[in-house]
Amino acid sequence: MTLKIDQDHSRFRKIVRGKIRQNLKKYISQGELMGKQGNDVVSIPIPHIDIPRFRFADKQQGGVGQGEGEAGDGVGQGQGQEGDGKGEAGKDAGQHALEVELTLDELAEILGEELELPNIEDKGKNAIVDQKDRYVGVRRVGPNSLRHFKRTFKSALRRQISMGSYDPKNPVIIPTRDDMRYRSWKTKDEPVANAVIIYMMDVSGSMGDEQKEIVRIESFWLDTWLRKQYQGVETRFIIHDAVAREVDRDTFFRTRESGGTMISSAYRLAAQVIGDDYPPSEWNIYPFHFSDGDNWSVDDTNVCVNLLKETLLPASNVFCYGQVESPYGSGQFIKDLRENFGDDERIITSEVKDRDAIMGSIRDFLGKGK
Amino acid sequence: MSLAYDRRLPDYLRAQQFAIEAIAKDAGLDFFPLLFEVLSYDQMNEIAAFGGFPTRYPHWRFGMEYEQLKKSHEYGLSKIYEMVINNNPSIAYLLEGNSIVDQKLVMAHVYAHVDFFKNNFAFKITDQGVDPETGVPIRKWLDTFANHGAIVRRWARRIGIEQVERFIDACLSLENLIDPQKPFRPSHPPETRDEDEALPEELRLLRVDRDYMESFINPEEFVAQERARVAEEKTRARRFPESPDRDVLGFLLVNAPLERWEREVLSLLRREAYYYLPQMQTKIMNEGWATYWHSRLMTEKICDASEIVDYADRCAGVLATSPGQLNPYKLGVELYRHIEYRWDRGQFGREWDDCRDYATRAGWDRRTGLGRKKIFEVRALYTDVTFIDEFLTPDFVADQKLYAFGWSERNDRYEIETRQFREVKKKLLTQLTNAGSPIIRVLDANHENRGELLLEHDHHGVDLKLDWAQEVLVALNRVWKRPVEIFTTVEDKASRLRFDGTEHLRRTR
Repeated sequence: MTLKIDQDHSRFRKIVRGKIRQNLKKYISQGELMGKQGNDVVSIPIPHIDIPRFRFADKQQGGVGQGEGEAGDGVGQGQGQEGDGKGEAGKDAGQHALEVELTLDELAEILGEELELPNIEDKGKNAIVDQKDRYVGVRRVGPNSLRHFKRTFKSALRRQISMGSYDPKNPVIIPTRDDMRYRSWKTKDEPVANAVIIYMMDVSGSMGDEQKEIVRIESFWLDTWLRKQYQGVETRFIIHDAVAREVDRDTFFRTRESGGTMISSAYRLAAQVIGDDYPPSEWNIYPFHFSDGDNWSVDDTNVCVNLLKETLLPASNVFCYGQVESPYGSGQFIKDLRENFGDDERIITSEVKDRDAIMGSIRDFLGKGK
Repeated sequence: MSLAYDRRLPDYLRAQQFAIEAIAKDAGLDFFPLLFEVLSYDQMNEIAAFGGFPTRYPHWRFGMEYEQLKKSHEYGLSKIYEMVINNNPSIAYLLEGNSIVDQKLVMAHVYAHVDFFKNNFAFKITDQGVDPETGVPIRKWLDTFANHGAIVRRWARRIGIEQVERFIDACLSLENLIDPQKPFRPSHPPETRDEDEALPEELRLLRVDRDYMESFINPEEFVAQERARVAEEKTRARRFPESPDRDVLGFLLVNAPLERWEREVLSLLRREAYYYLPQMQTKIMNEGWATYWHSRLMTEKICDASEIVDYADRCAGVLATSPGQLNPYKLGVELYRHIEYRWDRGQFGREWDDCRDYATRAGWDRRTGLGRKKIFEVRALYTDVTFIDEFLTPDFVADQKLYAFGWSERNDRYEIETRQFREVKKKLLTQLTNAGSPIIRVLDANHENRGELLLEHDHHGVDLKLDWAQEVLVALNRVWKRPVEIFTTVEDKASRLRFDGTEHLRRTR
């Protein structure tokens, strides 16, 4: 049933979207939304959109209450009585902050609009389609394992009643061959993941909590956007200090190691992951690497450059390197990359000084539409 | 809304309605004809979001209300039992699936509301004329609100919803700037000026017969004072409006440079604001009255023995109090009972007021039995402010454990300040005056002789919420289309807030 209110409701949703757009920067830099992520929806608290009026300043006004208590006792500013909804429909503004639910898809759309991100061009790799069987119908022939008992019973019953062989006092139903019903299936094409994001992060001693938080926030948004662009996205996580290892999402953001940094170890592992699981002809591959730019030695940097040139870059849609600023890191690596790959379009570098720079960095990475 | 859905009252409820209507009439309640409809949750939430009406003009705010009601319903935070519209015939909604006790309670409650709508003087301003044959007031607000919807929709089609909605937003910011007393004043104030005032230029000095007495009879201060008065009167003659006007909406409607559609929209919003005004002015009285009667009728006549516990549970929920918030149902019903009690025992008048002896007062019973008559009179002749002002007594404040609270800077929270009668009453009245809104007047429509609009805030110890005030000035500027300014007081300093179309300015004056 449609309600008249639907029109006003959708106007309101539009306004909320606009509001979220304006506030997106705040949400991004505070990482507010990730905490509120449900299954596929994010609930976003927005202040009740108030219509401003000439009103008294709250704190000066006070009021009158009823109940126990001595002078000087605190008064919880009540939220109204529960379960009591009598009276004329309220003219009073509601007290609750509004939570609005958005799907991650919508969120990505808003992100795209706000950052003016271009859609990603198809790299020419066909979406891989898998065939999947779904049981949707019933037919008269089939294996006994797929016998549809209820339908079979019903048709047998129907037949017996129409033939007059049904005796309500002795309701025995005997299906014949013609009564048998079997479940049948249809084969459907379902797209499977055809993009993979490989996150790599430096977890050496020089990366502090704040740096990791920035990586966490940024990767959430990159994830959101890429998931919108591709039907299925796989993610892999690699952490490294002097050695690299693959971990799950949770570990990725939590691990804190000390010790040196060998970036090449991560690149080597990434190359291996791609080699093993993701043939570049079929996958859109997005390696993201975050570090504070402090590498062990010049030699290792050279190894990195070679790895990039020979395996990673040819395989990837684009290789993204984000450098967060830490008090300890020298920040040399980004310079080395820029020197070596100057205007190679397959590699994008970006510096993320602080949380406020996350927006800009996302734009750097995704703004080229690759 | 789909036609298949049947909102008519099922038979068992109709039977209840007949029974309760007869009981209510018997008890002396005097109401408009009342139509009940049964609604599903969705529909209830929708209509509640529309402020009680099935059709309103299109605006996002209703969508927001709806979302909130829907959410808080889904999360089980609140549930709307009932709504009633001040209309003739009045319309009330019942919630589908409520228990029979709830439905009876709601019906009894609603009959008292409608009695209040019909008889309380403040609601006279919602009369749209009088039926020439029966003399019964005409209140076809259901139609009026639906027409408003049609008007706004028509303009939205022609001009674009975006623009219309933005204008409505601006008007709604000004919605509370209406004059509660206006409907009771003659529409054109009689011309009171006589000849003297028409010629204000003259200094009205005292006659002096001997020159040397001049400086004694008309000392310099007096002369200066007279000069000031004359100057003041001159400016007043030039000023427009002549005297400050509280009906800011009405003033704008007549004087602001509005396009036709803007004028029409503003006019209907103002009409709706005045429609809702009496409900805001009588929240405590109205709810108290309805609660008084549902409690009487339910316990004495309507409920059977098996229902009384359910009823009591429900009623206790309605009357529950929570700290920091006044429950109008509770306060209202207790005050009516208090009045009834006093007038039944003759606890009023000079003798009672002068009596200071506790024991005498406690045992005071003249068996006057005027209680019932008195509360009927009260429900017709008072609004919340006068209701509290006249009938709140120290005994009542103590019995009901009322207290005044305020913000404590030191502890960063609201705290109970006092239980003293005088303070509690003062705070309560302040809260209720002008339906809780600041008093704002149009002072000058040609401020600084530049066609700017000057408002004045009548400051009584509480500042305006500044960030909002600035937003309102923006809205006002949208309507007036010239710079706007308001005189107010900020942190004990006389200040002026100004918005000239691009930036805000705040300075002391």
